[in-house]
Amino acid sequence: MTDQTASTPLVTPSPNGFLGMLARRSEAVILPLAALLVGFAVFSIFLLLQGKSPTEFFALTYRAGFGTAFSWQNTLSRTAPLLFAALCVALPARLGLVVIGGEGAIVLGGVAAGAMGALLAQSSGLIAVPMMVASAMIVGGLWIGSVGALRYYRGVNETIASLLMAYIAIALMNHLVEGPLRDPASLNKPSTAPLADNLRVGDIPGWEVHWGLAFAVLCCVLAWVLIEKTTWGFAARIAGGNMRAAQVQGLPVGRLIVGFTALGGALAGLAGYFEVTAVHGAANASLATGYGYTGILIAFLARHNPLAIIPVAILLAGFEASSGLIQRRMDLPDATTLVLQGFVFISILMSDTLYGRFKVFAPERWRSA
Amino acid sequence: MSFKSFSRRGFLKSTAAVAGVTALPQFVAADGHAPLTVGFIYVGPKDDFGYNQAHAEGATAVKAMEGVVVVEEENVAETTDVQNSMESMINFDDAKLLFPTSFGYFNPHVLETAPKHPDVRFQHAAGLWSEGMPTNVGSYFGYIGMGQYLNGITAGHATTTKKIGFVAAKPIPQVLLNINSFLLGARQVDPEITCQVIFTGEWSLAVKEAEATNALADAGCDVITCHVDGPKVVMETAAGRDCFVCGYHANQAPLAPEKYLTGAEWNWAGVYTGMVQTVLDGGTIDNFVRGGLADGFIKMSPLGPAVSDASRAQFEAVKAEIMAGGFAAIKGPLNDNTGNALLGAGDALVETDIALESMDYLVEGVIGSTS
Repeated sequence: MTDQTASTPLVTPSPNGFLGMLARRSEAVILPLAALLVGFAVFSIFLLLQGKSPTEFFALTYRAGFGTAFSWQNTLSRTAPLLFAALCVALPARLGLVVIGGEGAIVLGGVAAGAMGALLAQSSGLIAVPMMVASAMIVGGLWIGSVGALRYYRGVNETIASLLMAYIAIALMNHLVEGPLRDPASLNKPSTAPLADNLRVGDIPGWEVHWGLAFAVLCCVLAWVLIEKTTWGFAARIAGGNMRAAQVQGLPVGRLIVGFTALGGALAGLAGYFEVTAVHGAANASLATGYGYTGILIAFLARHNPLAIIPVAILLAGFEASSGLIQRRMDLPDATTLVLQGFVFISILMSDTLYGRFKVFAPERWRSA
Repeated sequence: MSFKSFSRRGFLKSTAAVAGVTALPQFVAADGHAPLTVGFIYVGPKDDFGYNQAHAEGATAVKAMEGVVVVEEENVAETTDVQNSMESMINFDDAKLLFPTSFGYFNPHVLETAPKHPDVRFQHAAGLWSEGMPTNVGSYFGYIGMGQYLNGITAGHATTTKKIGFVAAKPIPQVLLNINSFLLGARQVDPEITCQVIFTGEWSLAVKEAEATNALADAGCDVITCHVDGPKVVMETAAGRDCFVCGYHANQAPLAPEKYLTGAEWNWAGVYTGMVQTVLDGGTIDNFVRGGLADGFIKMSPLGPAVSDASRAQFEAVKAEIMAGGFAAIKGPLNDNTGNALLGAGDALVETDIALESMDYLVEGVIGSTS
C-alpha cells in the first residue's frame, strides 16, 4: 500500500475538509436531479408539440401522485414491488452485470408462494408463512442466480439470458397456473387455489398500503449495508470495477457473481410473494405486469445505490399513479407516462458521462486555505 | 347527506385549490345540478379493434347522454392498479357508477374495493356475482357463443377445404364455448367440417396470433375466426393468406372488406345506456344480468360480399330462431373430441344455461386440446 491509495475517496475522512466532502457527495445528487429536469424539459417540448400544456401535466402529476392523502396511498401501494425489482437490478450491477430479467423471478416467486400456500393450507401459519417466503426467495434466487452462473461458468451474456429467461418464466407460470396448479373452481381466470386468510399479508396499520412496502424499504437498507459496509460488498465493488484485477487479487469472483445475482433474484421472488399474499390472494397471470422492467429504470436512475432506490421508486410510482388522472383530464393516451420515463432514462444515462467534468464538485477546490 | 360525502366535498375543494389549473369546471353542469360521473376502465388500448374497443364504443354512447360525464382509463393492469384507478375515479372525479370491464378485475379487486364505497355502483363485465357478494356490485355479460354459432354457419358455406380454424387465447369456459359453437354452426351446413384450434396462451400477444393464423392457413383452414382481445392481427393475417374471416368482439370488416363474412359483436352501447339511464332514474340495476341477441347484448356484423345467397338464407333463419329464445347450440347427441359422451339424444343446453359458463371440453370435430 502506498500513500496514494490511502487518499482515494473510498477512505474517509477526506483530507479536503467538510466542504470538500460535501462537494464530492453533492455531485451524486445534483447531476441526477439536473438530468431529471432535462428529461422533464424535453418531455415538455414533446407535450407542446402535441398541443398539450406541460404545466397542467405536472400539476396533475403532482396532484394525483403526491398532492393528497389518497394520492400518497395510491403511489405507495405501487412502490413495494418496484423496490424489490430495482434491487434485483442494482445488486448484480455492483459487479458490473446488467440483469434485466427480474420479471421472471417475480412471476415464479409468486407462483412458488401460491403453490406452497395451497399445499400447506391445512398447516398453521407459523409453518406455512416461512415456507412460502422461503420458496418464493429460493425459486427467485435460483432463477436469477442461474443467470449469474451461466455468465461466470459458460460466458453467456447475462443481459440477454435474463431477458429471455423472463419469457420462459412467464410461459412456465401460465403452464403451471393453467395446468398442474390450477384450482378447478377458477373458471375464466385460471389461478392457484385461493390462500387461507391467515396466510394473507395485510395492510400496515393506519395505511391502505400492505406490509410489503416496509419489508422492501428494509431490504433496501440492508442491501446498502451489504454493499457499502461489508467486505463482501467491498469485494463485489472491486470485481465490478475490474473483474480481472479482482481475480488476480484472489477474490472469489464466481461466488460473488452467483451470490449477488441469486440475492437479487431472491428479493424479486419476494416481490412475487407479496403480490400473491397481499394483493391477489392466489397466483395467476396478473403477476406479469411489468414491475421487473420498471425496476430496471429505477435502478439506473438511482445509479444502483440501494438507498437512492427508495425515493426514485416512489417518484416513478407517483408517475404511474397519476397516469389515470392524466388520461382522464388531458385526454392523453396511457403511453404518455412511458414517453416521460423514456426521456428521463435517456437523460440520466447521458449524464453518466458528465461525472468529474464540473470543477465545482472537485474536493480540491474547496480545500481550506 | 352522509358525513362521508360531506368530507369528500371539503377534500375536493381544498385539493382543487392546490391544483389550480386542474379545478373541476367540467363537472358542474349549467343548471348547477351535479351530473352523474361514470367511469370506464379497460385492460388494453381502447382502439384495439376488439374487446376493449367494444366497451369503449359503449362508453361513447353513454357520453352522448344528458346529465352524464364519462371518464375513461385504458391499459389498466389487473393488480392494485385497477383498485387505485377505481379509487382515483371516486376520489378525484366523484364517480358514482363504474364499469371495470376486464374479467380479471373482479376477484379480488372489485370485491375488495366495493365495500369501501357503498354509495358507488360497480358494474363488472363477465364476472359471476353471487349471493353474499357486495350488493353494490353487479355482473353482466352476453351469450356471444350464439354469435360464434352464426359465424360458423357462414364459415360452413364459405369453406371449400372443410377445414376451419380458430385462434384462441386460453382454454377457459368462455373461449371453449365460442370454439364449440363455431364448429357446431359450421356442421349445420356440412357435418364433415372440422375446426382446428390453436391456443396462444395470452389475451394479447400479436406475434403468436400471427404465427397461429399462418399455421392454420398452412394446415388448409380457409375460414378463420378468433377469441383474443384484439382480433386485428388475426383478421389481417388470415385475409393476407386468402382465407375468409369471421369477426369477434367488434366489427373488423374495415380490416378485410372482401374476406369478412360476418362477426359476433358486443352491443355494449345499448346495454350501457340502459344501465346508466336506470341509475339516472334512481332505480337499481340487477346484480346479475345476462342477455343475448334478442336482448340487444350482442349483434352480428352486416354480412360481407362473399356470403352466398344460400348462406344468407340459413344465417337469417337460424338468427330468427335464436331471436325467438330458448335456442341451444350445444345439444345431444354430442361427444367431446376424445370420444366421451357429453349429452344424450334429446339433451340440450340452451343459451341461458349457467352450465355453459363452466365448459371444460372441446366437442367432436374440434382438432385441439384444452391442456
